[in-house]
Amino acid sequence: MESEFISTMVLTFKLASITTLILLVIAIPLASFLVFSRMRFKSIVETIVSMPLVLPPSVLGFYLLLAFTPSSFIGKFLTEHGIRLAFSFEGLVVGSVLFSLPFMVHPIQSALAQVPVSIFEAAYTLGKSKLETMIRVILPSIRHGLISGIVLAFAHTVGEFGVILMIGGNIPGETRVASIAIYDEVESLNYALAHQYALTLFAVTFAILLLVYTLNKKSLGGIR
Amino acid sequence: MIVINITKRLDTAEGSINAHFELNINYGEFLTLFGPSGAGKTTLMRLIAGLEKPNSGVIEVEGEVWFDSTQKINLPPQKRSIGFVFQDYALFPTMSVRENLLFAADNSEQKGNIDELIELVELTALSDRLPSTLSGGQKQRVALARALVRRPKILLLDEPLSALDPLMRQKLQDELTLIHQRLGVTTLLVSHDIAETVKLSDRLASVESGQIKSICPPMEFFSPQALSGKLQLIGEVLKIEEDSPAVIVTLLVGSSVVRTVLSSAEASELRVGGHAIISTKAFNPILIPLP
Repeated sequence: MESEFISTMVLTFKLASITTLILLVIAIPLASFLVFSRMRFKSIVETIVSMPLVLPPSVLGFYLLLAFTPSSFIGKFLTEHGIRLAFSFEGLVVGSVLFSLPFMVHPIQSALAQVPVSIFEAAYTLGKSKLETMIRVILPSIRHGLISGIVLAFAHTVGEFGVILMIGGNIPGETRVASIAIYDEVESLNYALAHQYALTLFAVTFAILLLVYTLNKKSLGGIR
Repeated sequence: MIVINITKRLDTAEGSINAHFELNINYGEFLTLFGPSGAGKTTLMRLIAGLEKPNSGVIEVEGEVWFDSTQKINLPPQKRSIGFVFQDYALFPTMSVRENLLFAADNSEQKGNIDELIELVELTALSDRLPSTLSGGQKQRVALARALVRRPKILLLDEPLSALDPLMRQKLQDELTLIHQRLGVTTLLVSHDIAETVKLSDRLASVESGQIKSICPPMEFFSPQALSGKLQLIGEVLKIEEDSPAVIVTLLVGSSVVRTVLSSAEASELRVGGHAIISTKAFNPILIPLP
C-alpha cells in the first residue's frame, strides 16, 4: 500500500511536470500570436484557448474520450500509428495540456501586452532578429508572467479530476493520479490513506506556491 | 549624402493625408525636423529606420538603397545602419547600463568601444545599475550611448529631451553637441523646442501636415529679417498683462525670465505660449562676466 502511495504521487507530479513543460513551449508562441497578430480569426483562437475556463471538465473529457476511441476518425488514425491515448498516461498528458492551456497562456499574454512596442523596435534597430529579441530581451522582462503561468498550470494539473477520470480511468501506476486516488479511497472508506494523499497535495502545493511567490517578489524588487 | 523622397499615407486627427517627404541630408550634418505635433516628423524618422513602410519612393544612404518601391527593395530595420533614440528611451529593463550597450554590439571592436562611450555620456559610475534605478536624464544618456555602439550611418533622435526638466535639457543639449562634434555622425532630431533647434542644428527642416515646407539654417527660419548688428533673442511668451496705456509682457528666454513693456498695438499679435523674437537696436548690449 505504501509503495502504491509513492507511485501515485510520482505519477501525479510527473504528469504535472510534463504538462507544464509542453504548455510552456506551446504558450509562448501562442500568447505572442494573440498579442501581436491582426488576423481576423484571432478572436476564435482566443475563445478556444479560454474555453477550458468555463467548460465543465467532463464535457472536454467526454469528447476527448470519443476522439481517442479506436472507432473514431482520430482514434483510428492514432491506432494505425501505434498510439493509444484512451486510458493511457499519454492520453492524460494530451487532456491536461488542453485543459490547463488558458492557465499558462493568459499570464504570458498579459505580461507580453504590457511590454512597450518601443522595446521590440529598439532591439530591431540594434540589428537583432525577432527570435533573438524574444529570447534575450522579452522573455527575461516578462519572467513574472512566465512564473505565474508555470505555477498556475502545474497546480491546476495536479488538482485536475474530471478530465482525467473521463479519459484516464483509474489504472494504478498508469492513470491513477492523486486526486483520483483520494476519491477512490474515500469511496472505499479508507479515510487514513485519503488523508495521506490530501495532506501531501496540500503541503506540496502550498510549498511550491510560497517558494515561487517569494522568489518572484525578490526578483521584481530589483526592477521596480 | 542621404537622399529621401517618399510618400506615405498618414492617418491624422483631421483625416488621412498623403505625406510627401523630399529631403537631402549631408554627411555629418545635424538636421532638425521642426513642426507641430501630428505633422509627420516621427513618422518620417520611423520610415527612415524601416519601422514603417513608405507607400512609394526611395531612401538611399551613402549610395546604399534602403528602400525603393520600383525595385521592391525594403531593408528591414536590422539591416539599416541606424541608431534610434526613442521618446520613452526603450531601455531593456533586465539589463544593466553596460549590458544594454553590450547587447547592441556586434563584434569585439564595438564591445571594446563601450567603456569609452559610457565615459562619454558620464555614466561610468552607474554602469552596473539597472535602468529602473536611473533618473530620466541618465536613462536618456544610456539610450543615446546604446544607439551609438554600432557606429550608425545615421542617428535618429525622436524628441529625446522632451521629458526632461530645463536644466537637464540644457546639459544634454551640450552633450549632444559634443558627441556630434566628436563622432561626426549624421544626426536627425525631432524637436518642437526653438532654443534646442537653434543651439544644436546645422539646418532645420520645417514639417507641416506631411510636407517639408522649407530647409534652411535655424536662425534664418526663426528670424528671417536680415538685420545685422542687433541683439536677437528668441523667447516664449509666458504672460501678457494690461497696464494701461502699456502692456507688460513676460517672456522665457533660455532659462531666464525677461519682462518688457510694449504698446497695446505692438502686443496685439502676441499670445501666451507663442514665441517671439526680442531684439534691441540702437544700444550696444553690455556684457558683465558673472563670478
